[in-house]
Amino acid sequence: MIGLISYFAFFLTVALIFGIVTLGLDLQWGKTGIFNAGVVGFYAIGAYGFAILTAPASPAFLGNFGLPWAVGIFGAMLISAFAALLVGLATIRLRDDYLSVASFGIAITIQLIVTNWQPMTGGTMGIGQLPNPTRGLFEVRLWNGIAYLGLVATVLALVCYALARMTRSPWGRVLRAMREDEPAARTLGKNTVAFRLQCFVIGSTLMGLGGALYASFTGFVSPADFLPIVTFLVWTMLIVGGSGNALGALLGAILVWGIWSMLGAAIARFMPVGLQAQAGAVQAMFIGIVLVLVLLFRPRGLVGEAPTTSRTSR
Amino acid sequence: MIGQALVDGLLTGGILSLGAIGYSLCSQILRFSNFAHSELLTWGAYIALMVVGSLPLGTPLAPFSFGWPFLVAVLVACICTGFLAIGVDALVFRRLRANGAARLTLVFASFGVALALRHAVLFFWGGNAQYYSRNLTMAVEILPGVRMLPDQIFVLGLTVVLVVVLHLFLSRSRSGIAMRAMADNPALSRASGIDVAAVIRWTWMLSGALAALAGIFAGLTVQLRPELGFNMLLAIFAAAILGGSGNLFGAVLGGLIVGLAESLSTLVLPTGYKGAVPFVLLLLVLSLRPQGLFSKSSRL
Repeated sequence: MIGLISYFAFFLTVALIFGIVTLGLDLQWGKTGIFNAGVVGFYAIGAYGFAILTAPASPAFLGNFGLPWAVGIFGAMLISAFAALLVGLATIRLRDDYLSVASFGIAITIQLIVTNWQPMTGGTMGIGQLPNPTRGLFEVRLWNGIAYLGLVATVLALVCYALARMTRSPWGRVLRAMREDEPAARTLGKNTVAFRLQCFVIGSTLMGLGGALYASFTGFVSPADFLPIVTFLVWTMLIVGGSGNALGALLGAILVWGIWSMLGAAIARFMPVGLQAQAGAVQAMFIGIVLVLVLLFRPRGLVGEAPTTSRTSR
Repeated sequence: MIGQALVDGLLTGGILSLGAIGYSLCSQILRFSNFAHSELLTWGAYIALMVVGSLPLGTPLAPFSFGWPFLVAVLVACICTGFLAIGVDALVFRRLRANGAARLTLVFASFGVALALRHAVLFFWGGNAQYYSRNLTMAVEILPGVRMLPDQIFVLGLTVVLVVVLHLFLSRSRSGIAMRAMADNPALSRASGIDVAAVIRWTWMLSGALAALAGIFAGLTVQLRPELGFNMLLAIFAAAILGGSGNLFGAVLGGLIVGLAESLSTLVLPTGYKGAVPFVLLLLVLSLRPQGLFSKSSRL
């Protein structure tokens, strides 16, 4: 029983962290129409930013500043925002399919840096011993896990609240206007490039926040956690849930992560040990097929964007 | 040193060109970035491996490492990969087009197709590196200090022949001209009575066959892995965008530039960063000359 609860807490923590990342993507794609195919890049920057800021000092590393947890989280968000600003300045004017290719390239480049810049990132070994504020808080380990889940849920609630406020504000209306008809928004005097850039930076900051929370949760970072498949997983979460709707993004994250974990568990249980790597491929194949099926048969996703009608029209 | 890097770059560039021509044909005629194109390379390479494995070993055609079964395998793999591409289109992309899906929906779908195809390779053939042949061949010194394996010379030579044949096909044959018409102006070509469905089938066949060749050549000169195609995807995108649209030789030159740049970068950068070179080229061309080096239309 305790095992089950602890597994469930573990599962939900990761799902909610992905929820934060998916909300970042929803702001970029669902609300504004920016096609970011480099999600894992900003997720990795957040995780590594957190690791480099907070890991205990070691002579083998350039970074590892041993700073407190909260400084690490905010620092990771700042670093992600700064990286997104640089990337955005270079690419945000591109037409959507070129933007997707360019952002895909960003993720690959970040992965190469993470794997090769040994003194800073620890190379393939990664960085360990990252702080987690709930570790050792209680006698029973289960409670520590639940406390971290509570922490992630609180952060997620804050993010949801902030996003809801932002998208309902005049600023959010401009984003939707741009998504529907960018030339029209420009004609109304909106500086669409600046709006797109702001939205790209904020969304990528949320991805970085997710990465930092994940790094703190697992206690270490290594390149194996930041493969391109994460990008496709997050996109599947958004599309399955329905883009343009925060509830959809969260539901998609929990559902897709649920399918992914359950398949993983089933494979570990029923497949012979020698075939585990090959069986692992089934997980990714299944996610790919789910994505295609949703696009074919339910293109708006499970929830989809709520239709908006003017208050005065009836 | 620099001579060897140039020759290695030309070889990689030639292989990338084949991938980029296929991708760029497809993206111009069907008007979306197909992220699953790289998986056609992988499938082509593994189909050829399967055929080689099922045929009798045969004696190698000296000085190459392979015998006649390999040449048969190349042909079979090209055709099968073409049909694989047509099949994926019939199952996924054609239905989405019929639903009137937005162009970007096709891109998302290609994410899903890529995931499924790539991991199907891993599932069927496993993750270990495989080779078409275990025969060892001697490198030949083609210029002072520059060595090439006979297989590499074969790949380079065949690539040149293929590009010429493809040029003749696109400029002389009825199907080729119809394909170029579709790329330029779909509405006008439909109005002129071009069979759109047939053109789309031809496009997939051609781009699948070219992808298979690129994958097989990469497998022959390096090794086969399930990530073979995926690892070349960014370079293929970069080559196609560098070349610009509407021109076969643009994609070829784009491929050569990316291949040479990757190879030459190893003279000054740690090899680990080689994979970032296409990205840097991509950013440069998109910010300085977004329509591509050899094209006139706009991309912003």
